[in-house]
Amino acid sequence: MLELRNITKTFGDVLANDRVSFKVEPGTIHAIVGENGAGKSTAMRIAYGFYTADSGEILIDGQVREIRTPHDAIALGIGMVHQHFMLVEPMTVAENIVLGAEPGSATSLDLRKAADEIRKVSDEFKLSVDPNATIETLSVGQQQRVELLKALYRRAQLLILDEPTAVLTPQEVEEFFAILRGMRDQGKTIVIITHKLSEVLAISDNVTVMRDGRVVGNVKTSETSAAELARMMVGREVLLRVEKPDAKPGAALISLRDVSIVGRDGTKRVDKVSFEVRAGEIVGIAGVEGNGQTELMEALAGLIPGAYVSGSINFEGRDITRLDARARKELGIAHVPEDRHRRGLLLDFSLAENTILGVHYRKPAVMGPGGILLDQKGIQRRTEQVLRDFDVRPPSPDLPARALSGGNQQKLIIGREFELPPKFLLVSQPTRGVDIGAIEFIHQKIVAMRDAGCAVLLVSAELEEVTALSDRLLVIHNGKIAGEVDPKVTTNEEIGLMMTGGRRS
Amino acid sequence: MRQILTLALVFSTIRLATPLVLAALGGLYSERSGVINIALEGLLLAGAFTAASVTYYAHSPWVGLGAAMIAGALVAYILALACIRFRADQVVTGTGINILFIGLPAVLSGALFLSSGSTPQIPKENLLPTLSGLLPGFMPHWRILTEVSVMSLLALILVLFTRYVLYRTPFGLRLRAVGENPEAADAAGVGVNRIRYVGVVLSGALAGIGGAYLSIGQSSLFTRNMAAGRGFIALAALIFGKWRPVQTMLACLLFGFADALTIQLQGVPVSTVFLRIAIAVLIFLVIWFIAHQLSFLNRSRIIELVSAAVVSVIMWRVVYAVTRGTQNVEIPVQFIQMIPYVVTIVVLAGFIGQSRAPRALGTPYQKER
Repeated sequence: MLELRNITKTFGDVLANDRVSFKVEPGTIHAIVGENGAGKSTAMRIAYGFYTADSGEILIDGQVREIRTPHDAIALGIGMVHQHFMLVEPMTVAENIVLGAEPGSATSLDLRKAADEIRKVSDEFKLSVDPNATIETLSVGQQQRVELLKALYRRAQLLILDEPTAVLTPQEVEEFFAILRGMRDQGKTIVIITHKLSEVLAISDNVTVMRDGRVVGNVKTSETSAAELARMMVGREVLLRVEKPDAKPGAALISLRDVSIVGRDGTKRVDKVSFEVRAGEIVGIAGVEGNGQTELMEALAGLIPGAYVSGSINFEGRDITRLDARARKELGIAHVPEDRHRRGLLLDFSLAENTILGVHYRKPAVMGPGGILLDQKGIQRRTEQVLRDFDVRPPSPDLPARALSGGNQQKLIIGREFELPPKFLLVSQPTRGVDIGAIEFIHQKIVAMRDAGCAVLLVSAELEEVTALSDRLLVIHNGKIAGEVDPKVTTNEEIGLMMTGGRRS
Repeated sequence: MRQILTLALVFSTIRLATPLVLAALGGLYSERSGVINIALEGLLLAGAFTAASVTYYAHSPWVGLGAAMIAGALVAYILALACIRFRADQVVTGTGINILFIGLPAVLSGALFLSSGSTPQIPKENLLPTLSGLLPGFMPHWRILTEVSVMSLLALILVLFTRYVLYRTPFGLRLRAVGENPEAADAAGVGVNRIRYVGVVLSGALAGIGGAYLSIGQSSLFTRNMAAGRGFIALAALIFGKWRPVQTMLACLLFGFADALTIQLQGVPVSTVFLRIAIAVLIFLVIWFIAHQLSFLNRSRIIELVSAAVVSVIMWRVVYAVTRGTQNVEIPVQFIQMIPYVVTIVVLAGFIGQSRAPRALGTPYQKER
């Protein structure tokens, strides 16, 4: 169906794809796995005409084809569903689907005919999408089905899916996989890019593993295992499970009582949430993104103005509801924000400058009377310590933060916050966009903080991550705590149900 | 009051709104494609100067109109080239064009007509006609035919045409998609930058026509800086009209009305009763707006309206006490001339809360290659 031969692509100095070759058999589901930056998305974006390769060739059905734009790819029967949906939000499903392939003449757009056609395709593949709905009113899962429809409407025979499950709940993943299997059984070929090994094993027929821009293996799914795939991805043995002793929780360090948060638009984001975190335990919050986790974490870090927060937050018996971020940091509350580019780093500042963010006004960053001068030597020492302890590569304090990979940026932030040192740690999406090797490292560090007596509150969109790390797990839905489960005995199905408001416990 | 609210005010409104509608429609094509068109002012001036100069030599307003359209399109092409191809800052480039066309007509008129900034007078028979000029002898007593320019009709037709294009043609769908989410359009196989070029060039052509109306429709020569901020008011109307054709036209009519009122009010004594009511209404709107902005009032519409009403009744009493005994007052001309601009500011600041710009407006699209 699709074959890549010796595809090479560089971005500036970075070799993103190095003589990448593999073959996708027709009527199969083919997974491409690899760490972030391994070049899987680049390869598929070349196949879809988003990028042009520096050298190498693409074969469709055994013939060499030139694909310069997505338009060419579509004409050859290739469809792609991107990690970030390519949908125009204020427009309807039908408008989005026909965009670029409009029915009717140039002077009149026949949306009714399009809607009928879309309904037909939607029924054929059991997607149940209403062509007249506006995109912004749809759930993420539905939006993804619109993306699938978009490709199917254009009679795509080959579908490329880039990290399709990142945004879905466990139930939605199940449904989605059922749809994919149905499509395969009707003769479509599917390429799925992912880094979740469990999904590779669950859905694919064949696997291509990539590392550092190169293909390191092509295997049949039935003949491999998660451990083998992980080893190929990382190039060494990897611990897939988090090894941690039982928690020895102490006294409650922070307690929330009836905390509610309203957004700037006046809607309620967090609704009367009460819980506590004890010293020496990790409390996880699971939930579909956008259910109040972000607001809750930012409110605890002191980043949301008091006027939007009600209820009380007690830290070591003291009401901190009205304290600002700096005062809270001084009490020992550290925050690893979910969006490292927006909240975590100044990308154009050096690693040294980023390392003292938040502690820039006190020792060891300053010297002189009243601390009016930056202490370059002190900053240097602290930076070197953080870079060494947290294995940030390359460890050059003068490099701008932008120059680091996502995983190393994240390690820098984690190092900065962990060495405050904190008593209470807020960690949001600690491993988003971070590769397996670094994930293992970050997880170990979080557990080490817990064992040193720190209270940890963890939010992650990765269900496996929160279940593996947490000692207690709260599920949030629609701004409310839907319930608490024991991560040792719970199942994904149970959490998934609670995440979508299916049950309260 | 009789002297103010006349049929003449209606025609005056239509006349004054026409160039705004044409320019705003131009802005719509550009901004819906994702390119900020702050250069409307300069495009109006380019159209106005070209129309007057060409008509002077060609003795035909239609040739002048066509030339203005082409001139507008060409200038807009420069904007497109800078903003799309070279990804220059759209606001800075647009501002550059605006400044250029304050100066350029002065230079050119010096070369062409040995004058400093204006073109010679064009005889009446060579100006763009009114509707009755187009249909001589047809219903000679209908004032709508003798007072309203053929350009106003054209503007109305273009509004309806634009609405059709935007929502009922593949091009319109692509234009909207490109302004909203160019990556998505690209992924769907739409040539983003090509659509944007078309949008910006159309924008220039329409603004050029608007400019032609200023110099050879409403007036009979080009004078220096004759757009007088209309390009910016058109932009305001576009925002107020939420980037939709018909709403934008209505917004232009509102601004045209404010402008017309300015002309009518000058030198006319206004009754104190009217003035008191006007002040009370104004205060009501201001307080309502402030109340609306203060989120601690819990966003209850009733509280907003009641508080605004209470304050305006009190203020009405105060104004009443101050003006007791007087009958008519003449408003200073400076205040009257402020009206269109004040209306623009109030409308922009206060009542466009939910107006949502095309999401990609102002961001050049670049493929990673």
